Amino acid sequence: MTKIIDKNFSMPKCFNQNSKPSLYCPGCGQSIFLKHFGFVIDELSIQNKITLGIDIGCSLLAWNFFNFDIVQTHHGRSVPVAVGYKLSNRRRIVVSIMGDGGGYAIGLQSLLHATFRNNPISVFVLNNTGYSMTGGQMAPTSIPGEITTTSPAGKDPKTSGRAFHGPELIKQLSDDKSYIARASVSNPILLQKMIKKTLENQIKNNSFSFLEVLVPCPTNWKTTAKESFEFLSKLENEFPIGEMTRNEK
Amino acid sequence: MEKLNYITGNEASVLGAIEGGADSFFGYPITPATEILEGWIKKSEENKNLNYLQTEDEIAAGFAVIGAILAGKKAFTATAGIGHVLMQDPISMAENERLPFVGIIAQRGGPSTGTVIYSQQELNLASYGGNGDGLRIVYSASSVSEVYYLSQKIFSTAWKYRFPTFLLTDGYLAKQRVNTRLEKYLKPFPASKILKEIKEKPTHLRNCYGSETEFANILKRNIRDYKNLIDKISESESYLTSNAEYLIIAHGSVASAVKDSVDILRDNNIKIGLLRPITIRPLDSRNIRRLALKAKKVFIIESAFEQFARMIIYKVPEIANKTAKIFKPAEGFTPDEIASLINEKL
Repeated sequence: MTKIIDKNFSMPKCFNQNSKPSLYCPGCGQSIFLKHFGFVIDELSIQNKITLGIDIGCSLLAWNFFNFDIVQTHHGRSVPVAVGYKLSNRRRIVVSIMGDGGGYAIGLQSLLHATFRNNPISVFVLNNTGYSMTGGQMAPTSIPGEITTTSPAGKDPKTSGRAFHGPELIKQLSDDKSYIARASVSNPILLQKMIKKTLENQIKNNSFSFLEVLVPCPTNWKTTAKESFEFLSKLENEFPIGEMTRNEK
Repeated sequence: MEKLNYITGNEASVLGAIEGGADSFFGYPITPATEILEGWIKKSEENKNLNYLQTEDEIAAGFAVIGAILAGKKAFTATAGIGHVLMQDPISMAENERLPFVGIIAQRGGPSTGTVIYSQQELNLASYGGNGDGLRIVYSASSVSEVYYLSQKIFSTAWKYRFPTFLLTDGYLAKQRVNTRLEKYLKPFPASKILKEIKEKPTHLRNCYGSETEFANILKRNIRDYKNLIDKISESESYLTSNAEYLIIAHGSVASAVKDSVDILRDNNIKIGLLRPITIRPLDSRNIRRLALKAKKVFIIESAFEQFARMIIYKVPEIANKTAKIFKPAEGFTPDEIASLINEKL
Protein backbone atom coordinates (compact mmCIF):
# COMPACT_ATOMS: atom_id res chain seq x y z
CA MET A 1 0.00 0.00 0.00
CA THR A 2 2.80 2.36 0.97
CA LYS A 3 4.38 1.74 -2.38
CA ILE A 4 1.30 2.86 -4.26
CA ILE A 5 0.97 6.02 -2.18
CA ASP A 6 4.63 6.86 -2.87
CA LYS A 7 4.10 6.25 -6.54
CA ASN A 8 1.17 8.62 -6.67
CA PHE A 9 3.23 11.44 -5.26
CA SER A 10 5.86 10.98 -7.94
CA MET A 11 5.48 11.48 -11.68
CA PRO A 12 5.67 8.92 -14.47
CA LYS A 13 9.02 8.65 -16.22
CA CYS A 14 7.38 8.88 -19.63
CA PHE A 15 6.06 12.40 -18.88
CA ASN A 16 7.37 15.19 -21.08
CA GLN A 17 8.63 17.49 -18.33
CA ASN A 18 8.74 20.42 -20.77
CA SER A 19 4.95 20.31 -20.98
CA LYS A 20 4.53 20.54 -17.20
CA PRO A 21 2.80 22.05 -15.34
CA SER A 22 0.07 21.03 -17.75
CA LEU A 23 -2.71 23.33 -18.91
CA TYR A 24 -5.45 21.27 -17.26
CA CYS A 25 -7.60 23.07 -14.67
CA PRO A 26 -6.91 22.36 -11.00
CA GLY A 27 -8.74 19.22 -9.92
CA CYS A 28 -9.30 18.02 -13.50
CA GLY A 29 -9.88 14.28 -13.68
CA GLN A 30 -8.28 14.03 -17.14
CA SER A 31 -4.85 14.95 -15.81
CA ILE A 32 -5.34 12.47 -12.96
CA PHE A 33 -6.10 9.79 -15.54
CA LEU A 34 -3.08 10.77 -17.66
CA LYS A 35 -0.80 10.38 -14.66
CA HIS A 36 -2.03 6.85 -13.99
CA PHE A 37 -1.84 6.08 -17.69
CA GLY A 38 1.80 7.20 -17.58
CA PHE A 39 2.55 4.97 -14.60
CA VAL A 40 1.15 1.95 -16.44
CA ILE A 41 3.26 2.74 -19.51
CA ASP A 42 6.33 2.89 -17.25
CA GLU A 43 5.35 -0.38 -15.58
CA LEU A 44 4.85 -2.21 -18.88
CA SER A 45 8.02 -0.60 -20.34
CA ILE A 46 6.21 0.33 -23.55
CA GLN A 47 7.25 3.97 -23.87
CA ASN A 48 9.16 3.14 -27.06
CA LYS A 49 6.30 1.10 -28.50
CA ILE A 50 3.31 3.37 -28.08
CA THR A 51 1.65 5.87 -30.43
CA LEU A 52 -1.15 8.05 -29.10
CA GLY A 53 -3.96 9.78 -30.97
CA ILE A 54 -6.02 12.36 -29.11
CA ASP A 55 -9.21 14.27 -29.77
CA ILE A 56 -9.90 17.97 -29.50
CA GLY A 57 -11.68 19.46 -26.49
CA CYS A 58 -9.81 19.15 -23.20
CA SER A 59 -8.02 16.04 -24.55
CA LEU A 60 -6.00 18.24 -26.90
CA LEU A 61 -4.18 19.71 -23.91
CA ALA A 62 -2.32 16.38 -23.86
CA TRP A 63 -0.78 16.95 -27.33
CA ASN A 64 2.77 16.98 -25.89
CA PHE A 65 2.07 15.44 -22.48
CA PHE A 66 4.33 12.37 -22.88
CA ASN A 67 7.70 11.52 -24.38
CA PHE A 68 6.30 9.38 -27.17
CA ASP A 69 4.61 10.19 -30.48
CA ILE A 70 1.27 11.98 -30.12
CA VAL A 71 -1.03 13.26 -32.85
CA GLN A 72 -3.94 15.55 -32.08
CA THR A 73 -6.81 14.91 -34.47
CA HIS A 74 -10.35 16.27 -34.83
CA HIS A 75 -13.44 15.81 -32.68
CA GLY A 76 -14.30 12.11 -32.54
CA ARG A 77 -11.60 11.18 -35.09
CA SER A 78 -8.77 9.78 -33.02
CA VAL A 79 -10.30 6.30 -33.43
CA PRO A 80 -10.12 6.15 -37.27
CA VAL A 81 -6.63 7.68 -37.17
CA ALA A 82 -5.60 4.95 -34.71
CA VAL A 83 -7.23 2.30 -36.93
CA GLY A 84 -5.28 3.51 -39.98
CA TYR A 85 -2.03 3.69 -38.03
CA LYS A 86 -2.39 0.23 -36.52
CA LEU A 87 -3.21 -1.30 -39.89
CA SER A 88 0.00 0.24 -41.22
CA ASN A 89 2.22 -0.74 -38.31
CA ARG A 90 0.86 -3.80 -36.56
CA ARG A 91 3.69 -4.04 -34.03
CA ARG A 92 2.93 -0.63 -32.59
CA ILE A 93 0.70 -0.23 -29.52
CA VAL A 94 -1.84 2.29 -30.74
CA VAL A 95 -3.99 4.24 -28.32
CA SER A 96 -6.80 6.74 -28.66
CA ILE A 97 -7.89 9.08 -25.87
CA MET A 98 -10.96 11.28 -26.08
CA GLY A 99 -13.84 12.72 -24.11
CA ASP A 100 -17.41 11.47 -23.86
CA GLY A 101 -18.59 13.89 -26.57
CA GLY A 102 -15.94 12.55 -28.96
CA GLY A 103 -16.68 8.95 -28.11
CA TYR A 104 -20.43 8.86 -27.75
CA ALA A 105 -21.73 11.76 -29.86
CA ILE A 106 -19.71 12.97 -32.87
CA GLY A 107 -17.38 9.96 -33.05
CA LEU A 108 -19.80 7.19 -32.06
CA GLN A 109 -20.06 5.76 -35.56
CA SER A 110 -16.31 5.17 -35.73
CA LEU A 111 -16.20 3.80 -32.18
CA LEU A 112 -19.00 1.31 -32.93
CA HIS A 113 -17.33 0.09 -36.09
CA ALA A 114 -13.84 -0.15 -34.58
CA THR A 115 -15.42 -2.31 -31.85
CA PHE A 116 -17.41 -4.29 -34.39
CA ARG A 117 -14.37 -4.97 -36.58
CA ASN A 118 -12.30 -5.76 -33.48
CA ASN A 119 -9.56 -3.36 -34.57
CA PRO A 120 -6.62 -4.02 -32.22
CA ILE A 121 -6.36 -0.57 -30.65
CA SER A 122 -6.87 0.66 -27.07
CA VAL A 123 -9.47 3.39 -26.64
CA PHE A 124 -9.97 5.49 -23.51
CA VAL A 125 -13.07 7.65 -23.16
CA LEU A 126 -12.84 10.14 -20.30
CA ASN A 127 -16.39 10.74 -19.16
CA ASN A 128 -17.10 13.93 -17.21
CA THR A 129 -20.74 14.09 -18.40
CA GLY A 130 -20.26 17.28 -20.36
CA TYR A 131 -18.48 19.32 -23.02
CA SER A 132 -15.86 21.02 -20.92
CA MET A 133 -13.58 22.92 -23.31
CA THR A 134 -16.58 24.77 -24.74
CA GLY A 135 -17.84 25.71 -21.29
CA GLY A 136 -19.99 22.90 -19.92
CA GLN A 137 -22.71 21.93 -22.38
CA MET A 138 -24.96 18.88 -22.01
CA ALA A 139 -23.52 15.63 -23.38
CA PRO A 140 -25.20 12.28 -24.08
CA THR A 141 -23.65 11.16 -20.78
CA SER A 142 -25.18 14.00 -18.70
CA ILE A 143 -27.42 12.41 -16.11
CA PRO A 144 -31.15 13.17 -15.75
CA GLY A 145 -31.57 16.48 -13.96
CA GLU A 146 -27.94 17.55 -14.55
CA ILE A 147 -27.69 21.30 -14.97
CA THR A 148 -25.48 22.41 -17.87
CA THR A 149 -25.40 25.53 -20.04
CA THR A 150 -27.62 23.79 -22.61
CA SER A 151 -29.88 22.15 -20.03
CA PRO A 152 -30.27 25.05 -17.60
CA ALA A 153 -33.40 23.52 -16.04
CA GLY A 154 -31.68 20.14 -15.70
CA LYS A 155 -31.38 17.42 -18.36
CA ASP A 156 -34.85 16.25 -19.33
CA PRO A 157 -34.73 12.55 -20.30
CA LYS A 158 -37.96 12.98 -22.29
CA THR A 159 -36.30 15.26 -24.82
CA SER A 160 -32.59 14.52 -24.37
CA GLY A 161 -32.48 10.86 -23.38
CA ARG A 162 -31.22 9.27 -20.20
CA ALA A 163 -27.51 9.00 -19.42
CA PHE A 164 -25.62 7.35 -22.30
CA HIS A 165 -23.90 4.12 -21.30
CA GLY A 166 -21.03 3.66 -23.75
CA PRO A 167 -19.25 0.49 -22.62
CA GLU A 168 -22.55 -1.34 -22.13
CA LEU A 169 -23.55 -0.41 -25.69
CA ILE A 170 -20.35 -1.35 -27.48
CA LYS A 171 -20.02 -4.58 -25.51
CA GLN A 172 -22.98 -5.87 -27.51
CA LEU A 173 -21.03 -5.45 -30.76
CA SER A 174 -17.69 -6.64 -29.49
CA ASP A 175 -15.60 -9.70 -30.16
CA ASP A 176 -15.15 -12.29 -27.38
CA LYS A 177 -11.50 -11.28 -27.10
CA SER A 178 -12.11 -7.58 -26.68
CA TYR A 179 -11.75 -5.99 -23.26
CA ILE A 180 -14.41 -3.44 -22.29
CA ALA A 181 -14.65 -1.83 -18.88
CA ARG A 182 -15.40 1.29 -16.85
CA ALA A 183 -13.23 2.79 -14.11
CA SER A 184 -13.22 5.95 -12.01
CA VAL A 185 -10.36 8.14 -10.87
CA SER A 186 -11.79 7.80 -7.34
CA ASN A 187 -10.18 4.34 -7.16
CA PRO A 188 -6.64 4.69 -8.50
CA ILE A 189 -5.61 1.11 -7.76
CA LEU A 190 -8.46 -0.36 -9.77
CA LEU A 191 -8.02 2.34 -12.41
CA GLN A 192 -4.38 1.38 -13.01
CA LYS A 193 -5.29 -2.30 -13.14
CA MET A 194 -7.91 -1.60 -15.79
CA ILE A 195 -5.63 0.70 -17.81
CA LYS A 196 -3.07 -2.10 -17.78
CA LYS A 197 -5.62 -4.64 -19.00
CA THR A 198 -6.79 -2.24 -21.72
CA LEU A 199 -3.24 -1.98 -23.04
CA GLU A 200 -2.27 -5.61 -22.47
CA ASN A 201 -5.33 -6.92 -24.27
CA GLN A 202 -4.22 -5.13 -27.43
CA ILE A 203 -0.73 -6.58 -27.06
CA LYS A 204 -1.60 -10.15 -26.05
CA ASN A 205 -4.93 -10.77 -27.78
CA ASN A 206 -4.53 -8.40 -30.74
CA SER A 207 -8.05 -7.20 -30.00
CA PHE A 208 -10.10 -4.09 -29.48
CA SER A 209 -9.79 -2.78 -25.92
CA PHE A 210 -11.83 -0.07 -24.30
CA LEU A 211 -11.94 1.72 -20.97
CA GLU A 212 -14.32 4.47 -19.96
CA VAL A 213 -13.01 6.50 -17.05
CA LEU A 214 -15.25 8.69 -14.90
CA VAL A 215 -13.42 11.97 -14.33
CA PRO A 216 -14.43 15.06 -12.38
CA CYS A 217 -14.64 18.51 -13.99
CA PRO A 218 -14.76 20.92 -11.05
CA THR A 219 -14.59 23.94 -13.39
CA ASN A 220 -17.81 23.17 -15.22
CA TRP A 221 -19.52 21.25 -12.45
CA LYS A 222 -18.81 24.36 -10.34
CA THR A 223 -17.91 22.13 -7.42
CA THR A 224 -15.38 22.27 -4.60
CA ALA A 225 -12.95 19.37 -4.16
CA LYS A 226 -15.34 17.68 -1.72
CA GLU A 227 -18.39 18.30 -3.90
CA SER A 228 -16.53 17.01 -6.97
CA PHE A 229 -15.97 13.66 -5.34
CA GLU A 230 -19.57 13.62 -4.10
CA PHE A 231 -20.83 14.11 -7.65
CA LEU A 232 -18.32 11.55 -8.93
CA SER A 233 -19.73 9.10 -6.42
CA LYS A 234 -23.24 9.85 -7.73
CA LEU A 235 -21.97 9.13 -11.24
CA GLU A 236 -20.53 5.82 -10.08
CA ASN A 237 -24.07 4.83 -9.07
CA GLU A 238 -25.37 5.78 -12.49
CA PHE A 239 -22.44 4.24 -14.41
CA PRO A 240 -21.37 0.96 -12.78
CA ILE A 241 -17.62 0.42 -12.43
CA GLY A 242 -16.28 -2.89 -13.67
CA GLU A 243 -15.64 -5.12 -16.66
CA MET A 244 -18.55 -5.50 -19.06
CA THR A 245 -20.19 -8.74 -19.96
CA ARG A 246 -22.46 -9.21 -22.94
CA ASN A 247 -26.23 -9.60 -22.51
CA GLU A 248 -26.81 -12.96 -24.14
CA LYS A 249 -30.20 -13.62 -25.67
CA MET B 1 3.95 -0.49 -82.14
CA GLU B 2 3.23 0.88 -78.69
CA LYS B 3 1.35 -1.52 -76.42
CA LEU B 4 -2.04 -0.18 -75.38
CA ASN B 5 -4.21 -1.50 -72.58
CA TYR B 6 -7.96 -1.60 -72.91
CA ILE B 7 -8.97 -0.33 -69.48
CA THR B 8 -11.36 2.08 -67.71
CA GLY B 9 -10.39 5.31 -65.99
CA ASN B 10 -10.98 3.81 -62.57
CA GLU B 11 -8.80 0.82 -63.48
CA ALA B 12 -6.15 3.29 -64.65
CA SER B 13 -6.35 5.00 -61.25
CA VAL B 14 -5.71 1.75 -59.40
CA LEU B 15 -2.84 0.70 -61.70
CA GLY B 16 -1.34 4.18 -61.64
CA ALA B 17 -1.53 4.46 -57.84
CA ILE B 18 0.23 1.11 -57.43
CA GLU B 19 2.89 2.11 -59.96
CA GLY B 20 3.27 5.39 -58.03
CA GLY B 21 4.08 3.45 -54.86
CA ALA B 22 0.71 3.53 -53.10
CA ASP B 23 0.33 0.74 -50.56
CA SER B 24 -2.78 1.60 -48.52
CA PHE B 25 -6.35 2.48 -49.43
CA PHE B 26 -9.28 3.48 -47.25
CA GLY B 27 -12.65 4.21 -48.76
CA TYR B 28 -16.40 4.02 -48.85
CA PRO B 29 -18.40 3.15 -51.97
CA ILE B 30 -19.83 6.02 -54.03
CA THR B 31 -20.60 6.28 -57.73
CA PRO B 32 -18.66 6.95 -59.93
CA ALA B 33 -15.53 6.21 -57.82
CA THR B 34 -16.51 2.79 -56.44
CA GLU B 35 -14.44 0.72 -58.88
CA ILE B 36 -11.26 2.21 -57.40
CA LEU B 37 -12.15 0.64 -54.03
CA GLU B 38 -13.14 -2.64 -55.70
CA GLY B 39 -10.13 -2.66 -58.01
CA TRP B 40 -7.72 -1.95 -55.16
CA ILE B 41 -9.15 -4.78 -53.05
CA LYS B 42 -8.84 -7.15 -55.99
CA LYS B 43 -5.19 -6.17 -56.46
CA SER B 44 -4.53 -6.61 -52.73
CA GLU B 45 -5.50 -10.26 -53.05
CA GLU B 46 -2.59 -10.74 -55.47
CA ASN B 47 -0.17 -8.43 -53.67
CA LYS B 48 -0.04 -8.80 -49.90
CA ASN B 49 1.85 -5.51 -49.50
CA LEU B 50 -1.34 -3.65 -50.37
CA ASN B 51 -3.47 -2.75 -47.34
CA TYR B 52 -7.05 -1.60 -47.32
CA LEU B 53 -10.10 -1.05 -45.17
CA GLN B 54 -13.65 -0.35 -46.30
CA THR B 55 -14.62 2.09 -43.56
CA GLU B 56 -17.95 3.11 -42.02
CA ASP B 57 -18.04 6.44 -43.89
CA GLU B 58 -15.84 8.89 -45.79
CA ILE B 59 -14.85 10.77 -42.63
CA ALA B 60 -13.36 7.60 -41.16
CA ALA B 61 -11.77 6.73 -44.53
CA GLY B 62 -9.99 10.10 -44.63
CA PHE B 63 -8.81 9.92 -41.02
CA ALA B 64 -7.59 6.34 -41.51
CA VAL B 65 -5.65 7.58 -44.55
CA ILE B 66 -4.06 10.13 -42.20
CA GLY B 67 -3.24 7.39 -39.66
CA ALA B 68 -1.51 5.34 -42.36
CA ILE B 69 0.37 8.40 -43.69
CA LEU B 70 1.66 9.15 -40.18
CA ALA B 71 3.06 5.61 -40.17
CA GLY B 72 4.87 6.36 -43.44
CA LYS B 73 2.50 4.73 -45.90
CA LYS B 74 1.59 6.10 -49.31
CA ALA B 75 -2.10 5.94 -48.46
CA PHE B 76 -5.03 7.38 -50.39
CA THR B 77 -8.77 7.42 -50.86
CA ALA B 78 -11.17 7.83 -53.75
CA THR B 79 -14.51 9.53 -53.47
CA ALA B 80 -17.10 11.73 -55.17
CA GLY B 81 -19.88 14.21 -54.59
CA ILE B 82 -21.33 14.24 -51.12
CA GLY B 83 -18.64 11.77 -49.99
CA HIS B 84 -16.11 14.38 -51.06
CA VAL B 85 -18.01 16.84 -48.84
CA LEU B 86 -17.62 14.57 -45.79
CA MET B 87 -13.96 14.08 -46.68
CA GLN B 88 -13.28 17.77 -46.03
CA ASP B 89 -13.05 17.07 -42.28
CA PRO B 90 -9.87 14.94 -42.58
CA ILE B 91 -8.51 16.96 -45.52
CA SER B 92 -8.72 20.09 -43.41
CA MET B 93 -6.55 18.41 -40.77
CA ALA B 94 -4.10 17.29 -43.47
CA GLU B 95 -3.93 20.86 -44.77
CA ASN B 96 -3.21 22.16 -41.26
CA GLU B 97 -0.55 19.58 -40.39
CA ARG B 98 1.00 19.51 -43.90
CA LEU B 99 0.24 15.81 -44.38
CA PRO B 100 0.65 14.24 -47.85
CA PHE B 101 -3.00 13.25 -48.13
CA VAL B 102 -3.88 11.90 -51.57
CA GLY B 103 -7.38 11.66 -53.03
CA ILE B 104 -8.81 10.72 -56.39
CA ILE B 105 -12.08 12.57 -56.95
CA ALA B 106 -14.43 11.23 -59.62
CA GLN B 107 -16.73 14.23 -59.98
CA ARG B 108 -20.51 13.76 -60.15
CA GLY B 109 -23.38 16.23 -60.38
CA GLY B 110 -24.22 18.42 -57.42
CA PRO B 111 -25.15 20.03 -55.13
CA SER B 112 -26.31 17.27 -52.81
CA THR B 113 -26.80 13.79 -54.24
CA GLY B 114 -27.32 15.44 -57.65
CA THR B 115 -26.57 13.00 -60.43
CA VAL B 116 -24.27 10.01 -60.27
CA ILE B 117 -21.99 10.31 -63.27
CA TYR B 118 -20.70 13.63 -64.41
CA SER B 119 -19.86 17.23 -63.67
CA GLN B 120 -16.93 19.58 -63.14
CA GLN B 121 -18.54 20.98 -60.03
CA GLU B 122 -16.09 19.62 -57.46
CA LEU B 123 -13.37 22.04 -58.49
CA ASN B 124 -14.06 24.52 -55.69
CA LEU B 125 -14.48 21.76 -53.12
CA ALA B 126 -11.22 20.02 -54.06
CA SER B 127 -9.36 23.34 -54.21
CA TYR B 128 -10.86 25.33 -51.36
CA GLY B 129 -13.11 22.92 -49.46
CA GLY B 130 -11.68 23.28 -45.97
CA ASN B 131 -11.93 26.03 -43.38
CA GLY B 132 -8.56 27.37 -44.46
CA ASP B 133 -7.07 29.05 -47.52
CA GLY B 134 -6.91 26.06 -49.85
CA LEU B 135 -3.21 25.19 -49.72
CA ARG B 136 -3.79 22.09 -51.80
CA ILE B 137 -2.56 20.71 -55.09
CA VAL B 138 -5.23 19.72 -57.60
CA TYR B 139 -4.70 18.01 -60.96
CA SER B 140 -7.39 17.52 -63.60
CA ALA B 141 -7.08 14.60 -66.03
CA SER B 142 -8.56 14.75 -69.49
CA SER B 143 -7.98 11.22 -70.79
CA VAL B 144 -7.67 7.73 -69.35
CA SER B 145 -3.97 7.67 -70.27
CA GLU B 146 -3.52 10.85 -68.29
CA VAL B 147 -5.50 9.39 -65.37
CA TYR B 148 -2.90 6.61 -65.26
CA TYR B 149 0.05 9.00 -65.42
CA LEU B 150 -1.31 11.48 -62.87
CA SER B 151 -2.42 8.70 -60.50
CA GLN B 152 1.28 7.93 -60.10
CA LYS B 153 2.43 11.52 -59.96
CA ILE B 154 0.06 12.72 -57.19
CA PHE B 155 1.86 10.56 -54.61
CA SER B 156 5.25 12.01 -55.43
CA THR B 157 3.92 15.57 -55.48
CA ALA B 158 2.16 15.08 -52.12
CA TRP B 159 5.18 13.52 -50.38
CA LYS B 160 7.71 15.91 -51.89
CA TYR B 161 5.88 19.13 -51.09
CA ARG B 162 3.72 17.93 -48.16
CA PHE B 163 0.42 19.44 -49.26
CA PRO B 164 -2.82 17.45 -49.73
CA THR B 165 -2.92 16.45 -53.40
CA PHE B 166 -5.91 15.48 -55.53
CA LEU B 167 -6.64 14.14 -58.96
CA LEU B 168 -9.95 15.18 -60.47
CA THR B 169 -11.62 12.85 -62.89
CA ASP B 170 -15.34 12.40 -63.56
CA GLY B 171 -17.70 9.51 -64.21
CA TYR B 172 -17.24 9.69 -68.00
CA LEU B 173 -13.50 9.32 -67.61
CA ALA B 174 -13.78 6.84 -64.76
CA LYS B 175 -16.10 4.43 -66.51
CA GLN B 176 -15.11 4.65 -70.18
CA ARG B 177 -13.03 1.69 -71.37
CA VAL B 178 -10.51 2.80 -73.96
CA ASN B 179 -7.11 1.95 -75.35
CA THR B 180 -4.77 3.45 -72.81
CA ARG B 181 -1.10 4.34 -72.86
CA LEU B 182 0.60 3.29 -69.63
CA GLU B 183 3.33 5.90 -69.38
CA LYS B 184 5.53 5.69 -66.29
CA TYR B 185 6.22 8.67 -64.08
CA LEU B 186 9.99 8.68 -63.83
CA LYS B 187 10.66 10.68 -60.70
CA PRO B 188 8.98 8.82 -57.83
CA PHE B 189 9.46 10.44 -54.42
CA PRO B 190 9.62 8.12 -51.41
CA ALA B 191 7.42 8.16 -48.32
CA SER B 192 8.85 8.21 -44.80
CA LYS B 193 7.50 7.89 -41.26
CA ILE B 194 5.99 11.15 -40.03
CA LEU B 195 5.60 9.91 -36.47
CA LYS B 196 9.21 8.79 -36.07
CA GLU B 197 8.68 6.32 -33.21
CA ILE B 198 11.81 7.53 -31.42
CA LYS B 199 11.35 7.78 -27.65
CA GLU B 200 14.26 10.18 -27.19
CA LYS B 201 12.87 12.56 -29.78
CA PRO B 202 9.10 12.12 -29.87
CA THR B 203 6.98 13.72 -32.57
CA HIS B 204 4.11 15.82 -31.25
CA LEU B 205 1.69 16.89 -33.94
CA ARG B 206 -1.20 19.23 -33.35
CA ASN B 207 -3.59 21.32 -35.39
CA CYS B 208 -4.86 23.57 -32.60
CA TYR B 209 -2.94 26.56 -31.24
CA GLY B 210 -3.54 28.78 -28.25
CA SER B 211 -1.90 31.87 -29.68
CA GLU B 212 -2.95 33.73 -32.83
CA THR B 213 0.63 34.88 -33.43
CA GLU B 214 2.02 31.35 -33.16
CA PHE B 215 -0.53 29.97 -35.60
CA ALA B 216 -0.16 32.94 -37.95
CA ASN B 217 3.55 32.20 -38.23
CA ILE B 218 2.80 28.62 -39.23
CA LEU B 219 0.28 29.78 -41.84
CA LYS B 220 2.78 32.30 -43.20
CA ARG B 221 5.38 29.57 -43.57
CA ASN B 222 2.85 27.31 -45.32
CA ILE B 223 1.80 30.07 -47.72
CA ARG B 224 5.45 30.84 -48.49
CA ASP B 225 6.12 27.14 -49.20
CA TYR B 226 3.02 26.99 -51.40
CA LYS B 227 4.06 30.06 -53.40
CA ASN B 228 7.52 28.54 -53.89
CA LEU B 229 6.13 25.39 -55.45
CA ILE B 230 3.92 27.16 -58.02
CA ASP B 231 6.62 27.38 -60.70
CA LYS B 232 7.82 23.87 -59.97
CA ILE B 233 4.54 22.04 -60.33
CA SER B 234 2.01 24.13 -62.25
CA GLU B 235 1.49 22.78 -65.74
CA SER B 236 -0.75 23.19 -68.74
CA GLU B 237 -1.07 21.90 -72.28
CA SER B 238 -1.33 24.20 -75.28
CA TYR B 239 -3.00 22.88 -78.42
CA LEU B 240 -2.65 24.84 -81.69
CA THR B 241 -2.12 28.09 -79.82
CA SER B 242 0.95 29.42 -81.65
CA ASN B 243 -0.90 31.33 -84.37
CA ALA B 244 -4.29 31.37 -82.66
CA GLU B 245 -6.46 34.49 -82.74
CA TYR B 246 -9.01 32.93 -80.44
CA LEU B 247 -8.34 30.92 -77.29
CA ILE B 248 -10.45 28.38 -75.48
CA ILE B 249 -9.58 27.59 -71.86
CA ALA B 250 -10.99 24.33 -70.53
CA HIS B 251 -9.88 21.40 -68.36
CA GLY B 252 -10.64 17.71 -67.83
CA SER B 253 -13.16 15.92 -70.04
CA VAL B 254 -14.41 19.22 -71.48
CA ALA B 255 -10.91 20.01 -72.74
CA SER B 256 -10.79 16.66 -74.48
CA ALA B 257 -14.00 17.56 -76.38
CA VAL B 258 -12.63 21.05 -77.05
CA LYS B 259 -9.59 19.57 -78.79
CA ASP B 260 -11.90 18.03 -81.40
CA SER B 261 -13.86 21.30 -81.62
CA VAL B 262 -10.62 23.16 -82.35
CA ASP B 263 -9.97 20.76 -85.25
CA ILE B 264 -13.50 21.34 -86.58
CA LEU B 265 -13.16 25.13 -86.30
CA ARG B 266 -9.68 25.06 -87.86
CA ASP B 267 -11.16 23.14 -90.82
CA ASN B 268 -13.40 26.19 -91.24
CA ASN B 269 -10.36 28.49 -91.24
CA ILE B 270 -10.91 29.84 -87.75
CA LYS B 271 -7.58 30.37 -86.06
CA ILE B 272 -8.37 28.98 -82.64
CA GLY B 273 -6.45 27.02 -80.00
CA LEU B 274 -6.92 25.35 -76.64
CA LEU B 275 -5.18 26.03 -73.37
CA ARG B 276 -5.75 23.21 -70.89
CA PRO B 277 -4.58 23.64 -67.29
CA ILE B 278 -3.41 20.28 -65.94
CA THR B 279 -2.99 21.73 -62.47
CA ILE B 280 -6.03 23.61 -61.21
CA ARG B 281 -4.28 24.46 -57.93
CA PRO B 282 -1.88 26.08 -58.49
CA LEU B 283 -2.75 27.29 -61.99
CA ASP B 284 -0.06 27.77 -64.60
CA SER B 285 -0.77 31.51 -64.52
CA ARG B 286 2.24 32.44 -66.60
CA ASN B 287 1.10 30.45 -69.63
CA ILE B 288 -2.53 31.44 -69.12
CA ARG B 289 -1.60 35.13 -69.02
CA ARG B 290 0.69 34.91 -72.02
CA LEU B 291 -1.86 33.22 -74.27
CA ALA B 292 -5.01 34.90 -72.98
CA LEU B 293 -3.64 38.46 -73.27
CA LYS B 294 -2.65 38.05 -76.91
CA ALA B 295 -5.93 36.41 -77.98
CA LYS B 296 -8.61 38.51 -79.69
CA LYS B 297 -11.27 36.71 -77.75
CA VAL B 298 -11.20 34.07 -74.98
CA PHE B 299 -13.73 31.33 -74.29
CA ILE B 300 -13.94 29.58 -70.94
CA ILE B 301 -15.98 26.39 -71.06
CA GLU B 302 -16.88 24.19 -68.11
CA SER B 303 -19.50 21.70 -66.88
CA ALA B 304 -20.12 23.88 -63.83
CA PHE B 305 -21.33 27.40 -63.13
CA GLU B 306 -18.49 29.93 -62.83
CA GLN B 307 -16.12 27.72 -60.81
CA PHE B 308 -13.25 27.37 -63.28
CA ALA B 309 -13.95 30.76 -64.94
CA ARG B 310 -13.67 32.55 -61.61
CA MET B 311 -10.24 31.01 -61.00
CA ILE B 312 -8.94 31.95 -64.46
CA ILE B 313 -10.27 35.50 -64.49
CA TYR B 314 -8.89 36.10 -60.99
CA LYS B 315 -5.45 35.31 -62.40
CA VAL B 316 -5.88 37.43 -65.57
CA PRO B 317 -8.50 40.09 -64.75
CA GLU B 318 -7.63 42.07 -67.93
CA ILE B 319 -9.40 39.47 -70.09
CA ALA B 320 -12.77 39.83 -68.34
CA ASN B 321 -14.30 42.02 -71.06
CA LYS B 322 -13.17 39.90 -73.98
CA THR B 323 -14.12 36.56 -72.45
CA ALA B 324 -17.23 34.57 -73.34
CA LYS B 325 -18.19 32.01 -70.72
CA ILE B 326 -20.04 28.81 -71.55
CA PHE B 327 -21.43 26.94 -68.56
CA LYS B 328 -23.36 23.68 -68.50
CA PRO B 329 -23.41 22.64 -64.84
CA ALA B 330 -23.43 18.84 -64.50
CA GLU B 331 -23.85 18.30 -68.28
CA GLY B 332 -21.30 17.26 -70.85
CA PHE B 333 -20.39 18.83 -74.20
CA THR B 334 -19.92 17.28 -77.61
CA PRO B 335 -17.23 18.69 -79.94
CA ASP B 336 -19.88 19.72 -82.54
CA GLU B 337 -21.86 21.51 -79.89
CA ILE B 338 -18.82 23.45 -78.69
CA ALA B 339 -17.86 24.32 -82.28
CA SER B 340 -21.31 25.72 -83.02
CA LEU B 341 -21.53 27.59 -79.68
CA ILE B 342 -18.21 29.24 -80.49
CA ASN B 343 -19.22 30.04 -84.06
CA GLU B 344 -22.26 31.89 -82.69
CA LYS B 345 -20.09 34.02 -80.40
CA LEU B 346 -17.24 34.92 -82.76
